[in-house]
Amino acid sequence: MCESVLADVFAVGDMLSQPFMRNAFVAGTAIALASGLVGYFLVLRSQVFSADALSHVTFTGALAALAFGVDVRVGLFASVIAVAVLLSVLAREGRADDVVVGSVFVWILGLGVLFLSLFTASRAASNSAGGVAALFGSIFGLDDSAVLTALVVGAIVSAAMLTMARPLLFASLDEGVALAQGVRVRAISVAFLLAVGLTAAEAAQAVGALLLLGLLATPGAAALRLTSRPFRAFLLSAALAVGCTWLGLIASYHVPKLPPSFSIVAALTAAYVGAVVVDHLRRSWRFGRPAL
Amino acid sequence: MELATAVVDPHLGWNLLDDVRQLFDFPFMVNAFRAGTLVAVTAGLIGWFMILRKQTFAGHTLALIGFPGAAGAVLIGVSAQLGFFAFCAAGALVIGLVPARPGGFSEQPAVIGTVQAFALASGFLFVSLYGGNLNGVNALLFGGLLGVTDGDVALVAAIAVVAVGTMCLIGRPLLFATIDPDVANTRGVPVRGLSLVYLVLIGLTAAACTQITGALLVLALLVLPAATAQTLTLRPAAGLLLSVGGAVVVTWLALAASYYLPYPVGFWLTSIAFAVYLVSRAGVRVRAR
Repeated sequence: MCESVLADVFAVGDMLSQPFMRNAFVAGTAIALASGLVGYFLVLRSQVFSADALSHVTFTGALAALAFGVDVRVGLFASVIAVAVLLSVLAREGRADDVVVGSVFVWILGLGVLFLSLFTASRAASNSAGGVAALFGSIFGLDDSAVLTALVVGAIVSAAMLTMARPLLFASLDEGVALAQGVRVRAISVAFLLAVGLTAAEAAQAVGALLLLGLLATPGAAALRLTSRPFRAFLLSAALAVGCTWLGLIASYHVPKLPPSFSIVAALTAAYVGAVVVDHLRRSWRFGRPAL
Repeated sequence: MELATAVVDPHLGWNLLDDVRQLFDFPFMVNAFRAGTLVAVTAGLIGWFMILRKQTFAGHTLALIGFPGAAGAVLIGVSAQLGFFAFCAAGALVIGLVPARPGGFSEQPAVIGTVQAFALASGFLFVSLYGGNLNGVNALLFGGLLGVTDGDVALVAAIAVVAVGTMCLIGRPLLFATIDPDVANTRGVPVRGLSLVYLVLIGLTAAACTQITGALLVLALLVLPAATAQTLTLRPAAGLLLSVGGAVVVTWLALAASYYLPYPVGFWLTSIAFAVYLVSRAGVRVRAR
């Protein structure tokens, strides 16, 4: 009874009979899972700015691919891997300082503008839709091969994150002690940055170069507000990312005026604000202090 | 940019004076130089403190917040410039007023990231609700030379006066509060208030920068000249002069390059500034050996 009411309310059957919605759900879930798992550590390690840089770099990658007429995915993955390696090389102790991150990525964005002008100049009409799609994504426009890529990349990143979660947590919380215990801190930092880059490149196709920071940073921040146990927060972050992605997709399906990438980011932001409120209420209840 | 190359048809010769004179043949270039110079002076000054305070991410995010401001302003039919400045200043207040999480690690970067993603998503929503042509998006995000009107120059001049004037007043205590917040606090410097005022100044400067660079490339003026200055000298006075001077020269070169050559000004600005930054770092390293 309850299920059928829910099904009626969200018109799930109707929605999933549309191939583009099925594709969006499958790809969105894979991308959100990887982003949530990566995002918890991004927030814990205060590397959100590096993630921001990597996500903006996907714009240049996509535009370069468009300008030179190769597959967009080639440009996306090549650019993030190159920049992730560059940031690791320029960084001291495995985490780049914000001046280096900012300097590198603003130059790469400048290159993106160059490719954008080359791309628009190579068309008869000045067509900037490609640039806008690269910036803001098009999750409803994914074809079957894009879904397959999303699944494969999502599985690789999720498996890698689950495998290195324990040593990465150790290295993030206490680098010195982890090093002394024989954890390969430097290698793990580079591997983590690569995982961030792969996630960013994949998520760029769905939510776009500019909005994927929401998918990366917000669930982790919300999870850290809700629980202080590391592995619970790690999994909660992934669950929040997937849940908010589903909510966003459903909302945009029913309200066509809302672009899906906006709904997803809005759902994530609401989740974070909710987590902050819950955190404050819980603290005031537990310690008898007034809220906020 | 297509318009510039099609109508203006500039030609670069060996006569430097003639080349410079050609630059100012058209009112849009004169306005671009006026606005660019004002913006560069302000950005060099504000940026020097931004590097010192490690607020690059905040600066970048404040610049991006201007995008939904401008898009929303166009949607409801007021001037895009108004939207830029209103949203940038409001965003600075949001980032500055978020209460610190009691105990534990710094949550600030995550908050900034959330604000940035939500702001950009709202901007995208406004643009798609507006349903107008998408070329406007690229102009807002990546800037350009053609759009700078006399009114914009006046607005940028007003912002520059406010920002530079405020920095003259709060520069010394801000430096103190940046270098040693605890000692500054015990000496009665209002550390939290200063940091809020400074964030609002970053927001206003970023909004002014967007006139030339667009929202995405503001860091080219805010970060790169200041970072170059700080690799070259640690003295505040010399560093500030270098930062401001560097920003102005880089802006002039980029404007001239984009006038004569067929690529956008954002590309020239970031590339020239980044090249100068790399050369200065390499030079310092070589000298240290």
